[in-house]
Amino acid sequence: MNSNLLWVLVGCALIGAGASLVGSFAYLRKKSLVGDAVAHALLPGVALSFLIFEEKSLWVLFPGALIAGWLSLLSIEGITRYSKIKSDTAIAIVLSVFFAVGIVLLTHIQQGNYGNQSGLDSFLFGKAAAMLPRDISLFITVDLVLIAAIWLFYPYLKLYSFDEAFARSVGLPAKRLEFLISTLTVLAIATGIQAVGVVLMAALIITPAAAARFYTKRLSSMLGLAMAFGVVSGVGGVFISYLAPSMPTGPWIVVLLSFMAIFTFIFAPHRGVYQRYMSQVRHRRKMNDENVLKLLYHLDEANPGLNYSSTDLSAKRYFESGPLQETLKRLSQNGLLKSINSRYKLSETGHHEAMRVVRLHRLWELYLNVRMNIADDHVHNDAEAIEHIITPELEEALLKELGYPALDPHSSIIPGVKPALP
Amino acid sequence: MNDFWIILTGVLVAVNCGLLGAFLILRKMSMVGDAISHAVLPGIVIAYLVADSRNGVVMLIGAAGFGLLTTFLIEWFYKRARIQADASIGITFTWLFAIGVILVSAFTGNVDLDQECVLYGDIAYVPFDLLFWNDQTFGPTPIWLQSGNLILILATIFIGYRGLFITSFDPGFATGLGIRTGAWHYALMGAVSLTVVLSFNAVGAILVVAFLVVPPAAAYLISKKLPTLLWLTVLFGILSAVSGFYLAVWWQASISGSMAVAAGFLFLVVFILSKLINVRHKKHESIRFSESHIIAPTP
Repeated sequence: MNSNLLWVLVGCALIGAGASLVGSFAYLRKKSLVGDAVAHALLPGVALSFLIFEEKSLWVLFPGALIAGWLSLLSIEGITRYSKIKSDTAIAIVLSVFFAVGIVLLTHIQQGNYGNQSGLDSFLFGKAAAMLPRDISLFITVDLVLIAAIWLFYPYLKLYSFDEAFARSVGLPAKRLEFLISTLTVLAIATGIQAVGVVLMAALIITPAAAARFYTKRLSSMLGLAMAFGVVSGVGGVFISYLAPSMPTGPWIVVLLSFMAIFTFIFAPHRGVYQRYMSQVRHRRKMNDENVLKLLYHLDEANPGLNYSSTDLSAKRYFESGPLQETLKRLSQNGLLKSINSRYKLSETGHHEAMRVVRLHRLWELYLNVRMNIADDHVHNDAEAIEHIITPELEEALLKELGYPALDPHSSIIPGVKPALP
Repeated sequence: MNDFWIILTGVLVAVNCGLLGAFLILRKMSMVGDAISHAVLPGIVIAYLVADSRNGVVMLIGAAGFGLLTTFLIEWFYKRARIQADASIGITFTWLFAIGVILVSAFTGNVDLDQECVLYGDIAYVPFDLLFWNDQTFGPTPIWLQSGNLILILATIFIGYRGLFITSFDPGFATGLGIRTGAWHYALMGAVSLTVVLSFNAVGAILVVAFLVVPPAAAYLISKKLPTLLWLTVLFGILSAVSGFYLAVWWQASISGSMAVAAGFLFLVVFILSKLINVRHKKHESIRFSESHIIAPTP
């Protein structure tokens, strides 16, 4: 590994870390696209500093970029506050007009007679390979400032990002916090354009935060995860363009980041699309199971000891035919039903489980009737929904609250209730 | 004559984009236009590779396909994966645009397309891209394409005026009336994709956004009715294209960039003027109001 590669690796990792930190706050404040506008708006700042100083060291171009980024944030704020234009349009206006100014300046520079202007357009798509050790020191400085600021003002930033109105009402200095967040955002973005350029910078801001949010509810772990995503994609992008030199670094960083994020959106535990779909399926199955068991229990109560076919069951209660067949099959396999020539009756364990469901149903009806004063002919539908989600702890609490009752409001027996010991 | 062709192209692009952009602004979808303008890039590159030339039809299909894919992806991220609207737009377009740039650099030899053209177009070459038919020239091809697109857009607006109007201002009410909001949404997105692709060569990916959003936003500041908004958009579009061209000549810079800068300047002027007029108007109102109150109580 040569030392140049090492510098670029460290540089891209630092950039990824810084951008994802400020991006997390932007994401929580639902202002992700502002980062996109700021990134585009840096271009005229860079070009103007070059025109003035005729020097393309990052240390010289950086202040120009900061000022331009700041102006863009102020413009968005001004347009939305002082006219009827909504924030999305304001962002689009600022983004495109600032960028156009940058392009005009850049093409003007290219037409004119300026020494060493070549490479200035690498700010459009970034040129990670051109990173120098003195750039790295700038990145380290910026990242340290970011981390220090976030660490110092962590509680305020947290409150302000999650609930701005509440933060204002308890007297947090909203204007100063806004100023702090904007400054940090502009700082992080201004360092990032070296790696991925102004066009794709938005990805480093938005994508890690959106992915990290899927794994956690805590801000601190969200910040850590987002940083990890940023660093991993930065390093990965550099390696790809090192192994295949014709490949651009910045776009690969973005593509890697996007793939990690899309994988997260689909497969993340709990909040991922797949997991949510599966839990829906599980819940639907559970409801079908319990409804069939309950129906058989009711039928048993009326005429004990008979077998029923699926058509008999459908006649008593509406079931979709496909899911009903599946449910019957599943219940038989799990030993809750006995099937004889596709006619079904409850097994020992099935009877026990069915008792539990019916008990919950009738307990809830009684609770609604006695404690909530709801008429006894109005309690069924509510109980029908809640019987599937009452936990054993809740059941115990209900039993205690109602004094281990024997009958529900319709004078049916609540099955399996042991009377309380005196 | 060359100058004339360039200005005419700029005007046509500005008018086409502006007319669609007006509806985007009303639907609070300005950034979706931005997203589409970036995300059609892989479609264009793939079409180049498949058709092996700048074959218009293939390019249109490729890019329009990616434009619609963008809107689908944004919807999917937002509704299925429950990501914030803002972030789903940002994730979608950066991802697709990055893929596009990678494709461009992977097939640099095969693709007559470079990164700068992607960003700020080459409207200066419009006069040399001539349309030949039986050994006769009929002027630059982009003019014909843009004019055709203009006719298409005007026809859509005239025929679908009521549908576009209602679904843009009050989608809930439109759905209540039984109007198919989704169909109008995708029709508009399709038109935006088409226009972006056609304008892409002329003004580049990001400056399309300037033409989509800035002139209609300026018009939006001072209009209260949809027809006024559309007419003013056309006027501002033409003004920014023409003045932008001369700005570029004078300052020796990118023509499409200068047109966008001119549009931005125009927006600024309209913004300030509308504020000034508003302030005077309000003063006038408040004087009348206070006078009437002073006079009224006297018996």
